[in-house]
Amino acid sequence: MENKNTVWERLFNGIVKENPTFVLTLGMCPTLAVTTSAINGLGMGLSTTVVLALSNLMISLLQKIIPDKVRIPAFIVIIASFVTVIQLLLQGYVPDLYASLGIYIPLIVVNCIILGRAEAYASKHPPILSLFDGIGMGLGFSLALTCIGAVRELLGAGEVFGQRVMPAGYVPFSIFIMAPGAFFVLAALTAIQNKVKMIGEKKGRDMSKIQSGCGHDCLSCNQASSCRDREAVLAKEKNGQGEEA
Amino acid sequence: MSELRKVSSNPHVRDKDTTSRIMLTVTFALLPATAFGIFNFGMRAALVVAVSIAAAVLTELLFELCCKKKVTVKDFSAVVTGLLLGLNLPVSVPLWLPAVGSVFAILVVKMLFGGLGKNFMNPALAGRCFLLISFPALMTNFTCDAYAGATPLANLKAGVSVNAIDMIIGRTGGTIGETSMLAIVAGACILILAGIIDLKIPGSYLVSFVVFVTLFAFLSGRTVDGPYLAAQLAGGGLMLGAFFMATDYVTRPITQKGQYVYGLFLGFLTALFRIFGASAEGVSYAIILGNLLVPLIEKYTMPKCFGKGGERS
Repeated sequence: MENKNTVWERLFNGIVKENPTFVLTLGMCPTLAVTTSAINGLGMGLSTTVVLALSNLMISLLQKIIPDKVRIPAFIVIIASFVTVIQLLLQGYVPDLYASLGIYIPLIVVNCIILGRAEAYASKHPPILSLFDGIGMGLGFSLALTCIGAVRELLGAGEVFGQRVMPAGYVPFSIFIMAPGAFFVLAALTAIQNKVKMIGEKKGRDMSKIQSGCGHDCLSCNQASSCRDREAVLAKEKNGQGEEA
Repeated sequence: MSELRKVSSNPHVRDKDTTSRIMLTVTFALLPATAFGIFNFGMRAALVVAVSIAAAVLTELLFELCCKKKVTVKDFSAVVTGLLLGLNLPVSVPLWLPAVGSVFAILVVKMLFGGLGKNFMNPALAGRCFLLISFPALMTNFTCDAYAGATPLANLKAGVSVNAIDMIIGRTGGTIGETSMLAIVAGACILILAGIIDLKIPGSYLVSFVVFVTLFAFLSGRTVDGPYLAAQLAGGGLMLGAFFMATDYVTRPITQKGQYVYGLFLGFLTALFRIFGASAEGVSYAIILGNLLVPLIEKYTMPKCFGKGGERS
């Protein structure tokens, strides 16, 4: 917990420890919808990374100015502005990718990773750290989406990044580039990363570096329900609700 | 079977029923349909079914060995799954296809959800639907040495006349085990006589199917007569589905009222898919969709505890 807030720690946290897709299971809509190929996954991930980094930076800079009561609308306006910029840039420079991502580009606005990071991190931490938190989370998201996209493309079309990989006699499992395949691949990859962490733990290695430990960040914690500090969590939730009301 | 240790107070009824005995009876009851399929389509049909069963049993065995779980292949449930999947495939499929389907059925649908008794969907049907979505061309290629062209159901949908007598006997194209209504009903009689299944689900399924298929065919402007209904009943996987898959102990509702509701719903869905759907067949999707609704059906048809019902004064 000592060096929690350094630039490198933030990057590592986003990519491995609290990987938004495999650990936090956030942003499932684009994860399941656009990962029909590796290139789509990468494109979606990088677009989200840019928006995430810039919106985190901006929100962190404005944290003193934005009134607490209207913070969510303010965050949305900031995020939506960046998304519009990205959308126009994609449309102008990579029309193919823009066409294949379709409606999911404007939907980056409502990606819960972005709003989640704004609410949980950027609005409480200094700008540079927030920027790198956004980059880390975005790269973690890109990595996950590219992996899912690559596996789906490999099994569902026999290709990776459009290059033929499987032997000529391979009959593609078209279910993998359809909706059910997204769930199968996401579940399998999440299981694999959990297994890797468990093996590491059994061998007695210090896994605290890659195990998603409690960052006292219950909002973006997927283990809040089975948390050891449950009472603290509940108290925090209660306080949160009190604030809302 | 550690969950069975909680025992209620006596009196207890002793019975010889075990999982493996029931599964063996089901396997035995499927033999007429299997034998007819082999007779109808040749030895390759036997090969497809054998690959399917072998892959199902091996997958269960390997999974349990790898995960250091108790090996349960002796309960024959994997054999039934493999056999049902094999009977639901066309004879012309390449031999890796039944293996892929069995691995999916056992590994993903059954074992990952906790093994026999915990799967929320009929594994054999889920395996078939997985294959049907993945390899539509291979799975709907019913051309083989014995028969060419479309299945009787596809002909029926297209308005071509079909021979209902041939369909009842089973001398038609289709998947390996579905063609002969006679052989399937003979197997179903074994199950009913052995007390493994009763007529609640198959009966309500078939009755509701006839009612809705008449209604929908009428709505879509077809003439509905005896041969048409006979062909609809004998065609496709309806009989196999109604007697062997909809009645699967794990994925059917446990309440009596619920079983009627379930049968009714399956008949409605099957008729809907067959008349208005893009494909001529709809039994597989109807049953797995029905499987998903089972918890809901059970919730609303659970009988009240003694003393809890009735009006309050």
